[in-house]
Amino acid sequence: MTRPRTLYEKIWDAHVVEQRPDGTALIFIDRHLVHEVTSPQAFAGLRTSGRTVRRPDLTLAVPDHNVPTTPRKDAAGNRLPITDPESAAQLAALEKNAPEFGIRYIDAVAPEQGIVHVVGPEQGFSLPGATIVCGDSHTACHGGIGALAFGIGTSEVEHVLATQTLLLQPAKTMEVRVEGDVGPGVSAKDIILHITGVIGAAGGTGHVIEYTGSAIRALSIEGRLTISNMAIEGGARAGLIAPDETTFAYLKGRPYAPKSADWDAAVEYWRSLATDPGATYDKVVVIDAADIAPSVTWGTSPEDVVPITGTVPDPASFADPSKQAAAAKSLAYMGLEPGTRMQDVPVENIFIGSCTNSRIEDMRAAAAVLKGRTKAPNVKWAIVVPGSGLVKAQAEAEGLDRIFIDAGLEWREPGCSACLAMNPDKVPAGERCASTSNRNFVGRQGPGARTHLVSPAMAAAAAVTGRLTDVRELID
Amino acid sequence: MTPLNQVEGRAIPLGLKNVDTDVIIPAHWLKTTTREGMGRGAFESLRADPDNLFDRPEYKGAPILIAGDNFGCGSSREHAAWALGDLGIRVVIAPSYSDIFSGNAVKNGILPVVLPQAAIDRLLEVAATDPVSIDLEHQTVTTPFQDRFTFEIDPFRKMCLLDGLDEISLTEKSDAAIGAYEDRLDAERPWMRPAA
Repeated sequence: MTRPRTLYEKIWDAHVVEQRPDGTALIFIDRHLVHEVTSPQAFAGLRTSGRTVRRPDLTLAVPDHNVPTTPRKDAAGNRLPITDPESAAQLAALEKNAPEFGIRYIDAVAPEQGIVHVVGPEQGFSLPGATIVCGDSHTACHGGIGALAFGIGTSEVEHVLATQTLLLQPAKTMEVRVEGDVGPGVSAKDIILHITGVIGAAGGTGHVIEYTGSAIRALSIEGRLTISNMAIEGGARAGLIAPDETTFAYLKGRPYAPKSADWDAAVEYWRSLATDPGATYDKVVVIDAADIAPSVTWGTSPEDVVPITGTVPDPASFADPSKQAAAAKSLAYMGLEPGTRMQDVPVENIFIGSCTNSRIEDMRAAAAVLKGRTKAPNVKWAIVVPGSGLVKAQAEAEGLDRIFIDAGLEWREPGCSACLAMNPDKVPAGERCASTSNRNFVGRQGPGARTHLVSPAMAAAAAVTGRLTDVRELID
Repeated sequence: MTPLNQVEGRAIPLGLKNVDTDVIIPAHWLKTTTREGMGRGAFESLRADPDNLFDRPEYKGAPILIAGDNFGCGSSREHAAWALGDLGIRVVIAPSYSDIFSGNAVKNGILPVVLPQAAIDRLLEVAATDPVSIDLEHQTVTTPFQDRFTFEIDPFRKMCLLDGLDEISLTEKSDAAIGAYEDRLDAERPWMRPAA
């Protein structure tokens, strides 16, 4: 009998092309997602060295990072130009590189265009048990369907394009088990913010985190993608959630997913991937779901998490001197005083979107809070950015767009938007944003912008009151 | 890639922990299709302060950067490594790095040295006034005051840095093994090919 293995070890073992004596292995990559920002230099490298893409059939390109989220076509259906010349040049490069190298390409006006990490699972291009890479750290997202997925740099993008492999050192394994039921108003986003607060921004470094436990099993695929998406914010290379009936039901019938007899064979294989009884992890963290409140960040690291009922911490309260210094710096940047109640912090901007929270369930959660309400007068800018054209169409079919618009929010075209200040959607310097994105780094949403990470329902609640708000006060 | 073995010079005593790649190079500098010139945007938010470390005469062009835990966390952007390289930095010394950043650094001829916080604290002190030396072959960091710290590094990364190797050319030597794996995958899990 073979040694019991974790989900991670099973996926790793199934992808070893060549084991090296130093412990590294050449690992086969099943799916490569490409976007406009981290790929131009990789394609240029291929061209310079006269190399081709080894497996264009396993590669999918879609622009998302710097496409504007304002309308892309005029009333007559003609494509509108992108006004920023640098963004336009990056998009043009991808548009030229994809056909030149024979890669599948979803263009900026295609109905299924969207954020690459929303599009992959939605199209069934991402599959359980697959190795998936993309030149973007939030590739960890695809772990929500049980894929070993991680972000890579541009040199590695070029390496995968040329060889369909990566030379990797096996990661350590970490289990984060969340047991029990979460309370009302607590979403997948609150679970992952809470986890990041507990383990810290470097807590998962060198590890792949498998999220287990009844609170994780109870989540939809949308929620699981949210959890795994932010594995990187805890420093982990990747997140994983074992594929189960929820996963199979989500993937069945999607365009690139296996069909008929192939589907049955695939499901049988995917079922075999779950961590064996008796397998051990290098590190285990257990969290009681009942301890998780709707959560919010106060600082400039995603580990700076408190319950919405909490207060801004005093830097002196941290044991680690370097954390004390970092916290003091964060508070200065954030313009916050220790002891301030989080619920007393006003916000002028609301961003509902990003690869963390732009799927249909996120749209529904935000709309449920906003229905019949309007945004507060001090909220100057509030945008809802669906993760893909398909999410947008679904939301519109359900009338969610009307709820947002009636509440005074803007309903946009899909893209990465205000998550990263690369496209026109930015938060002005010195202003706050209740944001459903994944990073509250200095300058992340624009130079000087102050980000508070929250769930979609919490962002909607903040839009209504004009301050960080406990969404439980607005729901039954 | 330029080979790297011995580096001696001033070390920028940044010392901060959780320095993310958005701080190293903000996203608006990523709107380019080449690798060059990123140094201009490096540490932009920190350098907005006229008294910042990077632009002090003694640290201009310094080949070494000393930082705190979890250096290079966040975004996978290799632009962070390009920006450091363009600033002239060949070695970063920190207690820990994000996994993606350390890989990107090595691929761009930048050595990420891992030392415990106590050693970092001592080096920060030295760097305020004096140069620091790194010897990759012998895996040491030394100072003019007889401090000597040894560090661990993955042998493959060490070889790549010492020889300035191009990883794609190395992997291409495994072409037959990759082909054999692809055949096996098609036989065992034919449904892994995208259906459409």
